[in-house]
Amino acid sequence: MADPFFNEMYGEGGLRPPYQRLEGWYQNMPSEFRALKQAEAEDLFRRYGITFAVYGEGGDPDRLIPFDMFPRVFSAEEWRRLERGIKQRARALNAFLSDVYDRGEIIRAGRIPADLVYRNEAYEIAVAGFRPPLGVFSHIVGIDLVRTGADQFYVLEDNCRTPSGVSYMLENREVMMRMFPHLFQENRVAPVDNYARLLKRTLASVAPAKCDRDPNIVILTPGHFNSAYYEHSFLADLMGVELVEGQDLFVEGDFCWMRTTEGPRKVDVIYRRIDDAFLDPLCFRPDSTLGVPGLMNVYRSGGVTICSAPGAGVADDKAIYTYVPEMVRFYLGEAPILENVPTWHCAKADDYKYVQEHLAELVVKEVHGSGGYGMLVGPKADKATIEAFAAKLAENPSNYIAQPTLALSTCPTFVEEGIAPRHVDLRPYCLVGRDIELVPGGLTRVALTEGSLVVNSSQGGGVKDTWVIAEE
Amino acid sequence: MLSRTAANLFWMARYLERSETTARLLDLGFRNALLPNTGGGFRNEWSAILQSKGTFQQFTDKYGELKQRNVESFLFFDLENPSSVAACIRAARENARIVRTALTSQVWDAINVSFQELKALQRRERSSLEVPELTDWSLRTAALIRGAIETTQLRNDGYRFMNLGYAVERSDNTARLLDVKYYVLLPSVAYVGSGLDNYQWTTLLRALSAHRAYNWAYGGELSAKQIAHFLILNPKFPRSLLSCCIEVNAHLDHLARIYDRSTPAQETARKLLGELAEAKMDDIFDEGLHEFLSRMIFDNAALGQAIHDQYLTGEAR
Amino acid sequence: MILTVLHQTRYEFEAPVGGIIQSLRLTPAKCEGQKVIDWKIEVPGAVMGTLFRDGAGDYIQTASLRASSDHIEVTVRGTVETDDTAGVLRGHRERVPPAAYMRNTPRTEPNRAISDLVEAALTGHDAAPALERAHLLCAAVSEALPYRPGATHAHTTAAEAMNEGAGVCQDHTQVLIACAHLAGLPARYVSGYLNATEDGTPHEASHAWAEIFIEGLGWVGFDASNKSCPNEHYIRLGSGLDAQDAAPIRGLVMGGAEERLDVTVVIKAQQQ
Repeated sequence: MADPFFNEMYGEGGLRPPYQRLEGWYQNMPSEFRALKQAEAEDLFRRYGITFAVYGEGGDPDRLIPFDMFPRVFSAEEWRRLERGIKQRARALNAFLSDVYDRGEIIRAGRIPADLVYRNEAYEIAVAGFRPPLGVFSHIVGIDLVRTGADQFYVLEDNCRTPSGVSYMLENREVMMRMFPHLFQENRVAPVDNYARLLKRTLASVAPAKCDRDPNIVILTPGHFNSAYYEHSFLADLMGVELVEGQDLFVEGDFCWMRTTEGPRKVDVIYRRIDDAFLDPLCFRPDSTLGVPGLMNVYRSGGVTICSAPGAGVADDKAIYTYVPEMVRFYLGEAPILENVPTWHCAKADDYKYVQEHLAELVVKEVHGSGGYGMLVGPKADKATIEAFAAKLAENPSNYIAQPTLALSTCPTFVEEGIAPRHVDLRPYCLVGRDIELVPGGLTRVALTEGSLVVNSSQGGGVKDTWVIAEE
Repeated sequence: MLSRTAANLFWMARYLERSETTARLLDLGFRNALLPNTGGGFRNEWSAILQSKGTFQQFTDKYGELKQRNVESFLFFDLENPSSVAACIRAARENARIVRTALTSQVWDAINVSFQELKALQRRERSSLEVPELTDWSLRTAALIRGAIETTQLRNDGYRFMNLGYAVERSDNTARLLDVKYYVLLPSVAYVGSGLDNYQWTTLLRALSAHRAYNWAYGGELSAKQIAHFLILNPKFPRSLLSCCIEVNAHLDHLARIYDRSTPAQETARKLLGELAEAKMDDIFDEGLHEFLSRMIFDNAALGQAIHDQYLTGEAR
Repeated sequence: MILTVLHQTRYEFEAPVGGIIQSLRLTPAKCEGQKVIDWKIEVPGAVMGTLFRDGAGDYIQTASLRASSDHIEVTVRGTVETDDTAGVLRGHRERVPPAAYMRNTPRTEPNRAISDLVEAALTGHDAAPALERAHLLCAAVSEALPYRPGATHAHTTAAEAMNEGAGVCQDHTQVLIACAHLAGLPARYVSGYLNATEDGTPHEASHAWAEIFIEGLGWVGFDASNKSCPNEHYIRLGSGLDAQDAAPIRGLVMGGAEERLDVTVVIKAQQQ
């Protein structure tokens, strides 16, 4: 029987070129050596302190995300196409944000329903009519991609707010290079380590017009209890900027200031890793203690830049997602390079009916959910689960969308008995400022359980180093 | 540097120093309790020790009777007692974790390992743990961390804030230890100069690891005045109030140089140093040792506040 | 009509607090029917940010008071020339699309009593123009909630006010917003000042009413407390989704202690 899933190493006509030099590597690896290396990798991650706390679960707060040593590889040619598609999408999403907080041309033109945008919780009234520096709203766009064939990629979702995981992209490479230096001599793997430099340049490029010196950039974290705190401090360290909490900043006059041992220091750009709702208790949730009171006034009067811009979330809503190809055509006048997964909106009666009748074949997600929570994977669910979900769906249909179960590609992955194919996805990180940049790589997540299609780290997924073979 | 980072470093050091002092107090109580029953008996001594930390009420509320084993638990393991060794190590590690990037890996390792070892101690059967093992472990851990800081940390502002934390806390602790012995520990004035008095002084010196140093410096005769001089005004003894104050001044001067600015914090520190450098034992005893020590504790706290206001709030301009 | 305003707000704290920051929405909107002759906001001891205009057209300003103060006082003094525009908001520059005002907040979330009220008010009027339906809703809210100071408090929601069966202008406005949303009409909360009601009876001078968006006409004010539309006795400050979002003063106290609040508002019509 033919494998229904595209195997990225052995797909179609046998061993595929980007993986050519990896075959001998794993075949000649004694199993004791492999175990040794796996332990070494774990030790390195623990030493770097790369841990990941999972929301809503007990257990070890210092848990490691499982790291699989088998790299996931793209050829230069494959990557070129992906890169064009990702950049195109990032541009379109920003054009959309810029538009819906301004004149809303795409809505006037009848290409996207007004209610979908303006009644969306993520549409921030507080920033309507405000144009952030360079008109950029989403400065780091994480686009989740899956592959179903040699040339077939689908966008699963867009992350316009604060996509996480980039520290794994960087650390996975670091660890691989330490453990298997010869692999990097044999394969010309394009480097990713200038990500931090590019990120800093991107953030500096959107400093407010009022800033007339080297901009002071900070990363705003909810604090060290946050599951992604490691990533926040890692990025701050790599960029050489301060990692601040809300209490480290205050507003006075037309500016935002940072509390330092030498007194207040003006802050120009805030790369925030907290949600809109918590940014400023005087504008959003009054009970927030994570944010900076008065910050939105400073922002809206041009005293500081917030990245991503408050309100950017309206572009990565799962209900808006369907319209991203439309955005590409409308704003850029181009044909979309990356395809969307066909999506049913349960808010529409016909779609809802179809979904209820085909639950066993579909993946159903909450419109505002994330992290793989609250979703149904029809083909993997038993009858009782499906029935329970059907009832939940009936209560509030407009809260759900559904997609076909995709035949996610697989990549060889180390398992107990050697290697075996496991399903993977990809999250590259596109930077948007004065320039638009994409480092050749991203975060590959892998579903470690045999047959599983859920790659989320919160649900037992692991990660891999992602290679782009540089051109000869 | 971010004020909060400086505050974390400052408090990390204070907690480390405080855990050491609590361990020393525990040692002091343990040694005193080995003495035959006198006056109010060992119970009185344990209560004096708890009183010195201002935690007597909390202890009796929780444990009731003054049993030695309970006091040991309270001083070493009890996380509800904010100055227990365990609580201090935990707080120090938490402060360190937040500012990990400001610490060398050796310093972080030393702190983190001590935390892991503490957890191992907590898991052990209490009856298998004797006080000397606990206090030895505490002092060794403290020395290890201190050593890592001294040998690996960059001499930048962060280093100064750590050392300010150590010195401010140490000064407070020495003053309190001395005050306990002099004012609280002895059942009545009638015992001054007695065997009990001498024994208590010796154990205090031992608890401060200063017994032999004292003998070298003062020829072995125990007198309240000389011991007080040793612990307050002797610049050679690293735990004396004067030594601590000299250290605070040195680190504040460094900060003033790094930041190119002298502030009210330096002024406050210099004033205190001026007084200590000029002080004579006779004057101190004229004022009353307890009164003097109370004043020192107050002035030292004010100095800590001045450092806080100037550097740790980020608002001083 | 020439209206003079004196609005003083004084917060007192039991102990000195670590700092105070406020976002002030205390400058009259720029629109037809009200022209500012002079206007001044004073907060002694505070650093004031520059006045700016947000997307909803409101003038906003930040005031911060640094550490160690046991009080803060905000004084607004000004003179505004007003005209009656029959409640219609015209000449007001804003960038927020009306559809954005279809969402509820916890304070405007309807309950059964509110949906019953809407049904009762609109039954038989399905075909009526939006303006007429808005008037019907305004009248219904006015009937359902007699004005009774003290019946509700600053954090009372629309649903709670309905259950109470009485309220003040804040409750009338929030209930009316909930009603309008149920009827498919965008609606929002407006804060401002009121000189006197139409029949001349004096009223709370610091006032609130709702604006409902009527296709073809734009935003129209509805004051359920007085069963009328705003006229030359009203001064419009700014708007929001509910009372908190549209509050003239939104503030935060660092290291806050017990707080005592004194507000005096005096509005007078000048003799001409």
